[in-house]
Amino acid sequence: MRDVAILSFAQTPYKRRESERTEVQMVLSVVTDAVEKSGLPKSDIGFTCSGSSDYLAGQSFAFVGAIDGLGAWPPIAESHVEMDGAWALYEAWIKIQTGMCNTALAFSFGRASMGSLPETLNMQLDPYTLGPLGIDSISMAALQARAWLDQDNHTERQMAEVAVRSRKNALNNPDAQLKGDFEVEKLLSEPYLIEPLHKHDCPPITDGANAVVIAAADAVPSGANPVWIRGIDHRIEPHQPGFRDLTQSPSTKLAGEKAGATRLDIAELHAPFTHQELILRDALGLDDDVRINPSGGALAANPMMVAGLTRMGEACREIWAGRAKRALAHATSGHCLQQNLVCVLEGD
Amino acid sequence: MSEEKSEVKAIVTPTKLVYQFSAIGSHAEFLKAISEGKLVGERCPSCKKVYCPPRGICPRCGVETPEKVDIDDKGTVTTYCIVRVPSENIDLKLPYCAANILLDRSDMPIMALIQECPAEDVRIGMRVEAIWAPEEDWGPTMENIRYFRPIDEPDVPTEEMGDWY
Repeated sequence: MRDVAILSFAQTPYKRRESERTEVQMVLSVVTDAVEKSGLPKSDIGFTCSGSSDYLAGQSFAFVGAIDGLGAWPPIAESHVEMDGAWALYEAWIKIQTGMCNTALAFSFGRASMGSLPETLNMQLDPYTLGPLGIDSISMAALQARAWLDQDNHTERQMAEVAVRSRKNALNNPDAQLKGDFEVEKLLSEPYLIEPLHKHDCPPITDGANAVVIAAADAVPSGANPVWIRGIDHRIEPHQPGFRDLTQSPSTKLAGEKAGATRLDIAELHAPFTHQELILRDALGLDDDVRINPSGGALAANPMMVAGLTRMGEACREIWAGRAKRALAHATSGHCLQQNLVCVLEGD
Repeated sequence: MSEEKSEVKAIVTPTKLVYQFSAIGSHAEFLKAISEGKLVGERCPSCKKVYCPPRGICPRCGVETPEKVDIDDKGTVTTYCIVRVPSENIDLKLPYCAANILLDRSDMPIMALIQECPAEDVRIGMRVEAIWAPEEDWGPTMENIRYFRPIDEPDVPTEEMGDWY
């Protein structure tokens, strides 16, 4: 295995609607920023991989259009995953492991505000038997929350506590979208959005883009502040939700074990819904002394296709700021935590 | 009673997603200009290429392109094809000609129809001008230009067309 480090992270401010810049301009700004912070000349980047979904803009080949933001001339080695940017980083990491390159750029972007996100996410379901029922992503999460609440005396209060902590933590995150001091009692007294989910159990809809630069140990420039990827693994569960125990996350558990998720100071968990954070904590066996989502997590800003890679960036920020030595970053994809990636990061 | 099992050969699963596209930045400026019968492009500060329609960035250099350039509605054919196959959505008399046209002052050809001449007469280097829809029909759309037609100017030799892409 080659040791690989994250050198830099850049993001747009996450907001409900990006009304000043096109996707391509968003990509240009984060890519330029991440490359600059990495200390590597742009021409040294050996491979580029992006994560996005054309369904968000409703435009075919939007992911190809985004390459215009790279200044890809002379032509570059490039790839794309129709997944969160965390998986773009994974592909870039694999590429470095194969020896095909020594440095790589991973970026992701999503402008979900152009469509109706819960309905758009229905497109992730099997198109023959489940998708045509018209179920949206919030209803899917509500099914999961109901199953979870029905177990082990779990309560809606525990879920509301996750929302309160997330949005309180986000007060320290200038790029977060939803932040503030909320009271559990008050949140619980509000009407359900889709029972048993309240609005506070659900993520905001967010526009945003981000980018990271990674490098093999021998390609880390002098003066860099590398955060080492000590382990990275992703696992997937069946596509049909009916095949799964939605109250557990065996794919996260296994990915965590493979990635060596122990002795952690913080964990950035990509849990768009409150109960999902509790399922993830359980799957990863996180002790109470592990700080969860100091950035506010996906409940404070959830740019689709971007929020997973953001967890890695936020974990790096904690390490760069000296607030953590060893961190876990998690990303999820699909309905009800279908697929999960765990990455363990450590400072120099 | 025997039950006939028929093979399922196709199913219909209706899908409808609604999007609200808000033109911003360069897109918005281009669409505003064309709805007034004008074409506007942007020049890259680094390689000096002019893009029309503009995207706010230079895909070659990876930099923003804030400088606006007025673009002529005349240009030169850089390549073309003659369509002899009918298509459900296109109500044109066959054969017709679709061409890439390098507008004067721009470095990026656009695709458009060539009309008012036999398709067979279209050639690389031919000079053409835009024929606009009646002004009362103008909106924020490329469809304001109905097609291009030949103009009485000498052909531009390939080597003089410039280094477009």
